[in-house]
Amino acid sequence: MARERNNVFSNIDWTLTILYLVLVLIGWLNIYAAVYNEDHKSILDISQSYGRQMVWIATSLFLGLVILLTDARFFSTFAYVIYGLVILSLVAVLVAGSEVSGSKSWFQIGGFGLQPAEFGKFATNLAIARFFSGQHVNIKEFRTRITPLVLLGIPALLILLQNDTGSALVYSSFILVLYRLGLSGNFLLAGVFVVFAALSTLMVGPLYVIGLLAVLAGLLFAFMKRNRRNILNLAGLLLLGIAFIYTVEYAFEKVLEPHQKTRINVLLGKEQDLRGAGYNVNQSKIAIGSGGFFGKGYLNGTQTKYNFVPEQSTDFIFCTVGEEWGFLGSMVVIALFLAFLIRIVNLAERQRSDFSRIYGYGVAAILFFHFMINIGMTIGLVPVIGIPLPFFSYGGSSLWAFTILVFIFIKQDANRNALL
Amino acid sequence: MANHSLSSRRQTIVAIFVAVGLIFLGRLFYLQVIDDSYELSANNNVLRYVTQYPARGLIYDRNGELLVYNEAVYDLMVIPRQVKDIDTAEFCRLLGISHEGFATRMIKAREYSRFKPSLFEKQISKETFGYLEEKMYRFPGFFVQPRTLRKYPRPMAAHLLGYVGEVNQSVIDKDPYYKSGDYIGISGIEKSYEEILRGKKGIKIRMVDVHNREVGSFQDGLYDTLAVMGNDLHLTIDGALQEYGELLMQGKMGSVVAIEPSSGEILAFLSSPTYDPNLLVGRVRSKNFSMLNQDPVKPLLNRAMMGQYPPGSTFKMVNDLVGLQEGVLGTRTFYSCQGPGSSPIRCTHNHQSPLDVYVAIQQSCNPFHWHVYRSILSNPARKNVRENYVAWRNHVMSMGFGHKLGTDLQFELSGSVPEASRFDAIYGKGRWNAMTVRSLSIGQGEILVTPLQLANSAVVMANRGHYYVPHVVKTVGENDTQSGRFKKVVSSIDPKHYEVVVEGMRQVATMGTARWYQVEDISMCGKTGTAENPHGKDHSLFMAFAPADNPVIAIGVIVENSGFGSTWALPIASLMIEKYIKGEVSRKDIEERMMNGKIF
Repeated sequence: MARERNNVFSNIDWTLTILYLVLVLIGWLNIYAAVYNEDHKSILDISQSYGRQMVWIATSLFLGLVILLTDARFFSTFAYVIYGLVILSLVAVLVAGSEVSGSKSWFQIGGFGLQPAEFGKFATNLAIARFFSGQHVNIKEFRTRITPLVLLGIPALLILLQNDTGSALVYSSFILVLYRLGLSGNFLLAGVFVVFAALSTLMVGPLYVIGLLAVLAGLLFAFMKRNRRNILNLAGLLLLGIAFIYTVEYAFEKVLEPHQKTRINVLLGKEQDLRGAGYNVNQSKIAIGSGGFFGKGYLNGTQTKYNFVPEQSTDFIFCTVGEEWGFLGSMVVIALFLAFLIRIVNLAERQRSDFSRIYGYGVAAILFFHFMINIGMTIGLVPVIGIPLPFFSYGGSSLWAFTILVFIFIKQDANRNALL
Repeated sequence: MANHSLSSRRQTIVAIFVAVGLIFLGRLFYLQVIDDSYELSANNNVLRYVTQYPARGLIYDRNGELLVYNEAVYDLMVIPRQVKDIDTAEFCRLLGISHEGFATRMIKAREYSRFKPSLFEKQISKETFGYLEEKMYRFPGFFVQPRTLRKYPRPMAAHLLGYVGEVNQSVIDKDPYYKSGDYIGISGIEKSYEEILRGKKGIKIRMVDVHNREVGSFQDGLYDTLAVMGNDLHLTIDGALQEYGELLMQGKMGSVVAIEPSSGEILAFLSSPTYDPNLLVGRVRSKNFSMLNQDPVKPLLNRAMMGQYPPGSTFKMVNDLVGLQEGVLGTRTFYSCQGPGSSPIRCTHNHQSPLDVYVAIQQSCNPFHWHVYRSILSNPARKNVRENYVAWRNHVMSMGFGHKLGTDLQFELSGSVPEASRFDAIYGKGRWNAMTVRSLSIGQGEILVTPLQLANSAVVMANRGHYYVPHVVKTVGENDTQSGRFKKVVSSIDPKHYEVVVEGMRQVATMGTARWYQVEDISMCGKTGTAENPHGKDHSLFMAFAPADNPVIAIGVIVENSGFGSTWALPIASLMIEKYIKGEVSRKDIEERMMNGKIF
């Protein structure tokens, strides 16, 4: 143990660490390109967001270093305490926070803003990992299912109250962790079905979705073992699905107010609203689509640089990648993210401690959710939900939070041999 | 604690990650590689195509005198969306427009587009532009676009030069070169040489940000094209002669056309009353246009090509030529002209009788030409009068009558030499003869000529039987002489017969109707005409060329409602000839009388 403590760096997983550094670096270069300003050419210019991002990167690296130097057991021991503190800050921001573009989710400290919601992710992950690594937990038991729902529900609800729907939705990603812990795969399927069916019902109308459902059922019927039980199950599921589709339809048509319906329609792309969400997605697709195969070249993007794409350094940072680096660059970035995620999953699987493994899956789930929603949104596959692209999007809070999230895992992994 | 049956779920989770990644790549491939509409949209977002208007080509006369040049003006443009918080009161004061005027202009611009520039006020003066330029920064959304307008240093030849105006929708629909707001030649040389004069528009591609602020040129101007100035034109017109002619014709209605016989180059081409071409330029154009258009003397009418008159006695040599060619008239053929009974057409002159063709031309004897005409139509060589008439008509048309001459100007009228079928229709087939259509023998009746055709017939006489398609442009650009474009047209009459009538025309000037207006040292050949006009006083006509043996100028003059050919048209033509050949005019008394003569 003494030997390992002296060599913090020799035990950490360099693959993951380097992938992290590469993503952060590429992210920084893209922020520079996205808001590049002729008058402030230096990437280190503190008055510009690329200069400030460098400060966030430096402080993030410092935070990472601190975490690596901290005793690994600190995080499991104090998981609930950290969780509690972050929950308190989420409550506090509702009372004392300042509002930025409709979300009351910022603490204003000097010139910098801090977003507690970003830190909710790693804290909740710690608490979930801590809970499931405890004795006498059985995911099949109802009691065991309640506690994590509460652990996830509290921050999600508080963040919803801040009017930050995107960040609240992140907590749904823990379904992957629960699945790995033994939750029936049907829940995953059901989850996918619910999202897919609800969205497609609203987009193309219930009849098409029911038609698709019937085709699927027909295929299943053709290939499955046709005993009475299976047939009944299939029929039941089909009816349930149809009932759900009509419930969604009814809720949308009869329960929602007209302006809420409009907003949803715009999000789904059914209505053109060039000044609202529709504008963002349209411009984002234009920026990415105009990149072509090889891209326009670094700093040659016009759509992002000249502000056609809104939020081009934060939520829509992927547009710069798409526009300037083209399909080739987009492919590299997506490959890097996949490598990063798969590396985390592989590292998680080699953990001997349940806490580390569950925490690792939590990290992968959270990052995956951001990856999926953010890039999906910029290319028009997912409704516009404002959450950052990890390591890429400009912002101190999110970079700090993702760094903490990842480095706690790196630390746990570095310590995997010491614990038992 | 590790549950091995559950660790296989890692594969499922990784599969989900990879699946999402692949879906993204597929979508990106579609957006970026397959569907190129996004690239277009991106360009529409960021690129602004600013038209660079070329200056039209300059126009010079045959001696290199500048007739038409360009003057810079500025169109004030507006992009409605960018107009914010401006001091409207001051803006209106600077432009000299009312608040309501401002509002209606803005509404019109907004209706066109909120994002694209549209014309706010066209052709603001240099002075206004001067005031405005300094304060432009205070009026966001407005900018000026430099344009050029035509300017005429020596206002003349308005009908010939034509004018330029904004292109209309039907032209825009037909020709993709033109965009709304472009200028186009509408008449005269400006129209017929439009494609040479207009030059080539250029494009500057500017990049703008989301607020439509310019952020620079696209790829450092790699795709910009410069406007190319239009080609200059050198006309065949002699500016000094043209100007002189317009002075002579002032106060009279009619036209003067002078042509160089050896080339068909038009030396002077004027229609009177005329107007200052500067009137039809720029903002004042539509106001002046309607004023000129309502003027009862029709100053906008280009009489030189669109006025059609009976040629009267100037047509007599044409009949004689046909008679000579057909063999029914010889130099020793005499007809008598004595008293009212000798002919269905009276003679208006006192002269010897009987007389031959020379004297007949010299004295413009009506009965003689009636006899010639009758013997042409009753020529026994052909079956009947109708066939003789058709032959006569073909001869006449071969001398440049009854059809468009094909000049390089548009809106030329063809004049008229009636077809035989027209008489069939009026009198019935086979029921008309020389007597019925006798007025054609002296250039009256259904026959009509334009002043251009009249001058061209002088060319045919001068050249003894041929003309070159008359034209007004000598060279295009630096050295395109248009050679071969204006063809030689040979008449169906043998050149030797021309010598006969030319001799008659020479005697007209020395002994006949034109003897009072001989030009010293210049042997002029000509013929007066007094065309009966059913609508009023006779038209005065004269056609001539000079010198007799080596002609350098052929001329046709028509002065409407002024009486005898020798009273107005002849002196004007003789002064023009003197001016052209000698450079200046010695007969100041005649000159003064002509210039001051007012007929309308």
